[in-house]
This record gives sequence, structure tokens and C-alpha cells, in this order.
Amino acid sequence: MTNAEIRDVILNILEGITPDDDLTTLKDDAPFREQLELDSMDFLDIVMEIRKRYRVQVPEEDYEQLASMASTVAYLEPMMKDLEKV
Amino acid sequence: MYDTIIIGAGMSGLAAGIRLAYYDQSVCILERHTTIGGLNSFYRLGGRNYDVGLHAVTNFTPKGTKRGPLARLLRQLRFRWDDFALVPQIGSKVAFPGIELKFNNDIELLTSEVTRAFPDQTDNFLRLIDGLIDYDQIDEAAGESARGIVGEIITDPLLVDMLLCPLMFYGCARPRDMDYGQFCIMFRSIFLEGFSRPFAGVRVLLKNLVRRYRELGGELRLRAGVRRIVEEDGRAVGVELDDGTLLESRRIFSSAGWSETMRMCQKSDLMPQRASGELSFTETISVLDRQPADLGHHETIIFFNDSNEFHWEKPDGLVDVRSGVICSPNNFCYEKPLDVGMIRVTSLANYDRWAGLPEERYRLEKLAWYDRIVDSAVRFMPDFRRAVTDTDMFTPTTIRRFTGHDNGAVYGAPDKQTDGTTHLKNLYICGTDQGWVGIIGTIISGIMIANRYALREG
Repeated sequence: MTNAEIRDVILNILEGITPDDDLTTLKDDAPFREQLELDSMDFLDIVMEIRKRYRVQVPEEDYEQLASMASTVAYLEPMMKDLEKV
Repeated sequence: MYDTIIIGAGMSGLAAGIRLAYYDQSVCILERHTTIGGLNSFYRLGGRNYDVGLHAVTNFTPKGTKRGPLARLLRQLRFRWDDFALVPQIGSKVAFPGIELKFNNDIELLTSEVTRAFPDQTDNFLRLIDGLIDYDQIDEAAGESARGIVGEIITDPLLVDMLLCPLMFYGCARPRDMDYGQFCIMFRSIFLEGFSRPFAGVRVLLKNLVRRYRELGGELRLRAGVRRIVEEDGRAVGVELDDGTLLESRRIFSSAGWSETMRMCQKSDLMPQRASGELSFTETISVLDRQPADLGHHETIIFFNDSNEFHWEKPDGLVDVRSGVICSPNNFCYEKPLDVGMIRVTSLANYDRWAGLPEERYRLEKLAWYDRIVDSAVRFMPDFRRAVTDTDMFTPTTIRRFTGHDNGAVYGAPDKQTDGTTHLKNLYICGTDQGWVGIIGTIISGIMIANRYALREG
């Protein structure tokens, strides 16, 4: 997967979690927490969705890496670059 | 072998089931009753739809709100706001002799009413709101007395009782006083967020939950009461149903209530004993030949009490008619009116007294108390008695039958197990006795327990 594809995956996960939100204005460098008011339960969901779809495990101590779109893609790149997008 | 067995197909069990099934667990929900919903159910009688339990969905926040329990549960269960189609209330009030406090889903109204009726308490009321604990920090306040803390801020005891009255009626398992954490939850859910109802009633929520659960591959068995939790070496390994069927599972969630669940376990010294709740209700349902508004009744809900002191305790007699809750499902801001006008009146009642009646007496007492309850209610609203075309009534024994809760205790045990753990390391409590009450609260309870004990561990 390219970084653009990883970004699409995350965007798709966020769309599932917040179907009422408009994500087209999402800023990659700003925290999800502020833009979408995600809470700890939602971050657990992002992690669970990644695991469900790609069998990629994000350990709890790394959750802080998922703060924004940019940091999430950077963190996941080494784990997901060799996977095919589904 | 299931990953998780859930005892009880109420709001919390269904919500937990959705979370687990969504993440590909094999889940089975076991319900003793013939229908889903538990405390919050519905039935059809004489061609009409009736709701049980739900007067209003609390925790209402408008579409687009990102914070609060409603927004959280929509995200966690992958629903859109429109799926629940919640319609806000018109307006409600607390009515004591000669004094009223109106409120709606905007706290400004209640604040101005407090200022009008209790001019010297305005600042205290605002301080009370400022000091409310946030939902995520409720554990910190466990065990503290709401009467103690609120009574130090609000110096007029009448205002304290007028604020406690609706919060206790809608979510207090303890007689006379309220846990301060619970007070904060209820204050937020009722006064800061608010009341709402789907046009078609509670069934909209239940049907959405059960449909989602089944779409995700969850299994639901009705008429499947759990007789016993099967244990091995301090772990639950499965359940035995009333008909003797054995089902194996890696973990068990029970929404049956604390004492009720403990009785399913083997007796052991490790088993924590805890008192069951004892606060139960009767509810009269009056079907009208017109809309309540045509009788001049516009309030969504009226919490009434006929003296300056509010008594929140199990009555000695069958029913305590001094106080009550009058709800009209018609009085929400719908686009078109409901087909049938209805008034429901809820009163505190004594389970033992009702359960001890022989069948014929039970029927007669229901008729007699219907009249007394309605007579009491019409002191606080326009007299609707001439407009009644049909009536129904449920009692604590009805609640016992629907929920399985000891004593028909609507809000369960006075002491809650907020972390959901039990003496068995893979048996957890969710729902009423975990601590969150109200429709939205109990759904959140199921979600929280599922996240913490079945998903995070991977």
C-alpha cells in the first residue's frame, strides 16, 4: 500500500465511526481529537478496525501515534506498505 | 464454544452484542422472556401499541453534537443520528404545592425558573452546575451523598427536593438519598441534555439494535433462561439453560442484575453479597379520545409531589400516591400528532405487597389504585378522566416478570459494580447494576464492558 492508500483506509474507517461528519475538510496535521472530538473509545475503534481489516496490531502504548492523519500514516507505513489494500 | 455469552436481551446486552459481533466474535444473547427489551419493552393490546419503561429517551443532544453519551453510542454502534429519529420534548416541569419549575432541553429555562422561584439561590444553582462531575470521572464520586453535597451548595431544602425529585424518579436505586456520581449523571442527562422520543416509540431503538446485531451474525435465543453459570477453577466455562441445555463460552456478560447473577453461580466464600434494590413502580396508562393538548395539557412530563418534602422510599402500602410522574408520549415536537392520546402516571410501589395478593384481589386492587393514582395526578394537570376510553396498568410484579429483577427493582441494586468485575475472572456485569441507567446510559454500559473486557485484550 502506498501512503495515499493507507490514508484512504483510515479515512474510510473514520467515515464508518462518524457517518454524520463531513471528512472532506479534515486537516492531516491537526489532531483527530480536536477536529472530530474523538475520545478514547474511538481510538480503540481505529485500532480494532485496522486489526480487523489487515491483521495489523497496534499495541496500546502506541495509541498516541494515531493522533492525526499525518502521524497515523507515518506510523502505519512500515507495517502496511507490503500489504494489499482490500 | 462461543467467544461471549450475554445474559439478557435488554438495551445493554444488545449493545454489547453489537460491539462483539462487529469485531467478528461469536456471540450468543440468551433471553428468558419471550421478547427483547427487558425493562424497556413494548407490547400490543387491543390493536394499540404500548411502551413499557420508557417515558422519554434522556441524554438528548441535537444532530451534529459530537460530545456526550448519545454521540458516543452512535459512533460506537455505527448508527446515524437519523436512525433513532429522536424528537425533542415540548417542555416539562417539577410541581410541588404552589410552586413549579419548568424545564426543557435548554438549561437556560430551568436557570430562569430557579431565579424566579428561588431568587436567592441563583448563584448557588450555577455553582452546582459548574461543579458537576463529567461522565468519565464518575467513579471518583462513588459512595458520596448527593443530599450532602447538593445541600451544602443549595441552601433552600425545598429546591434541593425539587431538583432531586425528577432525578430520583428517573434513575435512583437507593432509597432517600442518591449517590452523588449518579446525581451528576442524571442531572446532565435530564437537565443539561434532555428528553426526547422517537415518533414510533422505544421499539425504534430496540428494532435498530436487534437488526444490527443480527446483520453482524449475532445469535439471539428467546425463551432461553439461564439456570446456572458453569464454573471450573474460578472461571466461568459456560451456562446451563432452564431446559438443561449446556452452552460453552470463553466469557460471560450478565445484564441480569448483581444478586440475580450471583444466584446463578456456585456458592463460594469469594462471592460478594449485596442487597437487591427495593424501589419499584406502578404505572397507569390511560388512552384518551383526544390529544392531551385538546384538554389543555401541553407538558411532556410532570414530576409532582404534594408536600414540601419529597419521600423517595418503598411505601408501606401498595402505592405511594403523594408523588408521581405524569408523561404524555404525545407531547414531543413531532411533525404530525400521534394517532392516540395517552397519559401515563408512574408511582412508587411496594413489590412485596403486590406479589402477596391472590389473583382476584390483585385485579381488584389494580382497578382501585388506578382511580386513586389518577385522582392524585389530576391535582397537577387538567382533569382528563372524562376523556378516557381505555386503561391498562402495570405493577411491580409485571416489572419483575419483564426484567427478572428482584423486587421488580426498576433501577436495580443500590450499590453498583462500576468496573463490572465479579469473583469469577471472566464473568462481568453490564446494564443496570453496573451503574449506568436510562436508555442511553444502559447502552453505554454494554459498550463499555464489551470494550474493556472483550475487545481491548485482543
